[in-house]
Amino acid sequence: MIEVNNLNKSYRKGNIKALNGISFQVNDGEIFGVIGPDGAGKSSLFRILASLILPDSGLAIMNGHDVVKDYRSVRQIIGYMPGRFSLYQDLSVEENLAFFATLFHTTIEENYSLIKDIYQQIEPFKNRRAGALSGGMKQKLALSCALIHKPEILILDEPTTGVDPVSRKEFWDMLGRLREQGITILVSTAYMDEASRCDRIGLIRDGEFIASNTPQGIIGDYAEALWSVVGTPMPALLTALRGHAGIKTSFAFGDKHHITVEKGLLPGELKQYLAGKGFDDVRIAAVKPTVEDCFMALTN
Amino acid sequence: MSAKVIGVSDLTKKFGNFTAVDHISFDVKEGEIFGFLGANGAGKTTAMQMLCGISMPTTGTGTVAGYDIIKENEQIKRNIGYMSQKFSLYEDLKVWENIRLFGGIYGLSDKAIAEKTDALLKQLNFEQERNTMVKYLPLGWKQKLAFSVAIFHAPRIVFLDEPTGGVDPAMRRQFWEMIYDAADRGITVFVTTHYMDEAEYCNRVSIMVDGRIDALDTPAELRRRFNAGTMDEVFRQLARKAKRGE
Repeated sequence: MIEVNNLNKSYRKGNIKALNGISFQVNDGEIFGVIGPDGAGKSSLFRILASLILPDSGLAIMNGHDVVKDYRSVRQIIGYMPGRFSLYQDLSVEENLAFFATLFHTTIEENYSLIKDIYQQIEPFKNRRAGALSGGMKQKLALSCALIHKPEILILDEPTTGVDPVSRKEFWDMLGRLREQGITILVSTAYMDEASRCDRIGLIRDGEFIASNTPQGIIGDYAEALWSVVGTPMPALLTALRGHAGIKTSFAFGDKHHITVEKGLLPGELKQYLAGKGFDDVRIAAVKPTVEDCFMALTN
Repeated sequence: MSAKVIGVSDLTKKFGNFTAVDHISFDVKEGEIFGFLGANGAGKTTAMQMLCGISMPTTGTGTVAGYDIIKENEQIKRNIGYMSQKFSLYEDLKVWENIRLFGGIYGLSDKAIAEKTDALLKQLNFEQERNTMVKYLPLGWKQKLAFSVAIFHAPRIVFLDEPTGGVDPAMRRQFWEMIYDAADRGITVFVTTHYMDEAEYCNRVSIMVDGRIDALDTPAELRRRFNAGTMDEVFRQLARKAKRGE
């Protein structure tokens, strides 16, 4: 279990406040996703929990071990994958993995079953230098290295940034299997489809959680009327939508625009307004919000 | 009919007996937003390096911004803009120093740089950050600045390699509005992304599989042809056919 109580962290002599009294818990065998705008404090939080930097104040306990006082035992039980690729570029794939195994007094063979799924995919390239791997393969190697000592808690800072949609799905299938083995996973992501695959998510802004719930719970708390609007051309349509007083927010959402509207505005009225602006093929429909809509509403 | 800014034919790059890019041919029109998609390892980066004049094709021909990619690659470098998720600005230089440096590299005069710097910072609402070290900027801000710097010299085309990787949903949308502004001003945008909602924001997209371009059309037409509800499904259908590992 991860227990975080009132953590504070600031940089540049207090001028930048990264964490502002954040508190939360992650239960055993749970995947907890941290999502939030850039600069909201995600990496600072993860680095404190990995015992790499010290908090200014507050408490963080990883399966009973304090990240400040018991940092040595914390490092034994966690696996950490930083946002930036930080393996040894000049060592081969296999040398990197063996090195991390040695640091924890274990061997690749001993815990092979844990990494088998992932490592098998890069094993054909085990003699290649880590620096010469493609983005997706680096990610798999980094995860293998973070897992090789059989950690109880896994801390993954944006593990899938730069990874294509198919590999991302494989990666998350794998996290699901690790969870089944009882590993607690704390993960941050900028992909909202991944946020919905977490057991619970915390939305971080300005160093504190502004919402924390199951993905379904977050969606359930969405209080706005949400419509999708389609018409041609789409970019000009967005500009026209922004000129209507009855529309609270409007943003592009793949092949549609999503808008939230004031109570009382009827789709027919909006359609008429847009027809007056030259959009005569507009389609409007009420839609169910996704985690991404919730993110847009909560960070607005 | 708009002029074409990129035109390549049978572009191929081999490393030993590995064919990274395998006879790709396509055109990109002036002012177009062209999405260049593909799985990790499909050959996107290698293809882009050839288009930017920093890697010589093994075989094939093409022009970028009016220059031959083989004989005039130095001119190409001067007439394009480039930014990527991995490298965009110098972290240990201040905001104004980065603008000064890249303006100089792209051949602008000191006077032009000084004038345009003020306008740029104002437009981005960045005036307070003029003397901030770039490493202290949040990622989304950094990427917005990097994009502005990449088109600072008003190139005919700008290459964006995963410009929004790791950027949050709100900031990604602001970034795309900047892309639309640039396209409105006639700058052609060539962009790679792993966000399939962003593929929808492109005029046309190509999808690379194992070094080849397996599909190229408007997002709506691709969805129709693959009988898919989203670009994500189109991508999965194509990527599943991939034979080579990364």
